[in-house]
Amino acid sequence: MEPAGFITDILIPALSQGLVVTLQLIVLSAPFGLLLGIGISLGRQYGGKNLSNICKLYVIFIKGCPLLLLLFILYFGLPSVGITLTAFAASVIGFILCNAAYNSEYIRGAILSVKDGQTIAAQALGMTKWQVIREVVLPQALRRAIPGLSNEFIYLIKYSSLAYMLTVIELSGAGKLVATKYFAYNEVFIAVGIVYLALVTFTTVAVHYLEKRVAVPGMIH
Amino acid sequence: MDVTSILAEWTPYLIGGISLTLGLVAIALGIGVALGLPFALVQVYGPRPAKAAISAYAWFFRGLPVLVLLFLFYFGIFPAMGLDLPAFFVGAVVLGLRGAAYQSQIFRGAIQSINEGQMIAALSLGMTRLTAIKSIILPQSLRIALPGWSNEYPEILTDSAICYAIGVAELLTRTSQIVAVTYVTMPIYLCCALIFILLNYAGMRVIHVVEKRVAIPGFGAGAG
Repeated sequence: MEPAGFITDILIPALSQGLVVTLQLIVLSAPFGLLLGIGISLGRQYGGKNLSNICKLYVIFIKGCPLLLLLFILYFGLPSVGITLTAFAASVIGFILCNAAYNSEYIRGAILSVKDGQTIAAQALGMTKWQVIREVVLPQALRRAIPGLSNEFIYLIKYSSLAYMLTVIELSGAGKLVATKYFAYNEVFIAVGIVYLALVTFTTVAVHYLEKRVAVPGMIH
Repeated sequence: MDVTSILAEWTPYLIGGISLTLGLVAIALGIGVALGLPFALVQVYGPRPAKAAISAYAWFFRGLPVLVLLFLFYFGIFPAMGLDLPAFFVGAVVLGLRGAAYQSQIFRGAIQSINEGQMIAALSLGMTRLTAIKSIILPQSLRIALPGWSNEYPEILTDSAICYAIGVAELLTRTSQIVAVTYVTMPIYLCCALIFILLNYAGMRVIHVVEKRVAIPGFGAGAG
């Protein structure tokens, strides 16, 4: 049975510490996941045949391989080839690799949705291929990809819990430790759940705001 | 010991893991459809409080990580209800309940994509609402939902590996056990990844065949 002051003295401090680690995982993973995702989608779309195929294989591998297995490969597998990562670093790298593969699919779809005529027109104006991508295609494609990308960001929030399986004491891990010690599974995991729901709901609202902020007047999706 | 002989020795054990993984996926998909479809119908045609309840359900199950849901049900909710369920069963049920939340949204979108005029026409022909849903709305909307629904398979397949956390002896758990016993890491893990990717591919092929089989000529997701 949990002692008096369980919530204020034990649960909240433990979950707060865990939440900080969860936020660190997310904040470190998301930007690189986005950048790598853009890179992969550009590689698939504009790279040569080889690069395009490599990017395609990468996406197939990551989408087919469970994230937890990917984390095991990075943390338990890589030392056998001489690369030793901390649990935190392995988690962040795993999240980046996974997030990037899914992001690249949304960005690629958005790139394909930008009409070919725009590229031809931009080239006719004398822009180089790289200029066309940077100035014409990506600004539109990234805006169109926001709903998909935000979905992936929400997935990242939730799947960051898997870092606990590599012994990173983030939000779920902190909850698990407290729950096991005080045998209060329902109370603790409902509290943990509320925090995740708050994070996810906040993100949904924030993305909605972002989408409006970056919208170009007159540009229809 | 070299990798091939290790794999040969452990193949039956891995096959057992594959069957448990596929069992998790099959039960979860079954629960997902069995609950997701009625939930979707309630969300479109049901009374307001029922709609709100389904929305809350979807918000809860879509907002929580699989890991937290597994811990909550395996250590918390089921034991508190006096149920001592095996981990495999809890894993399948949690994946299924979560799948139902996602699938209810897929089915809802498909049902709403059918022109409202069809329902009005069916009613004016003297059909009851239930008959109209069963004979007019669902045959079309289920076909429209299929491409979106098929994405549930790879999702649940990869999520099933998280049941490792509550000790279900599925493919990833067994792979980790083999790694722990043999000290061979990379080749075994990569082999496990390959199996997951092949299962993913094979399942998608099957869904694709079904999609073609049930297609009505001239009626596509775009033509609805």
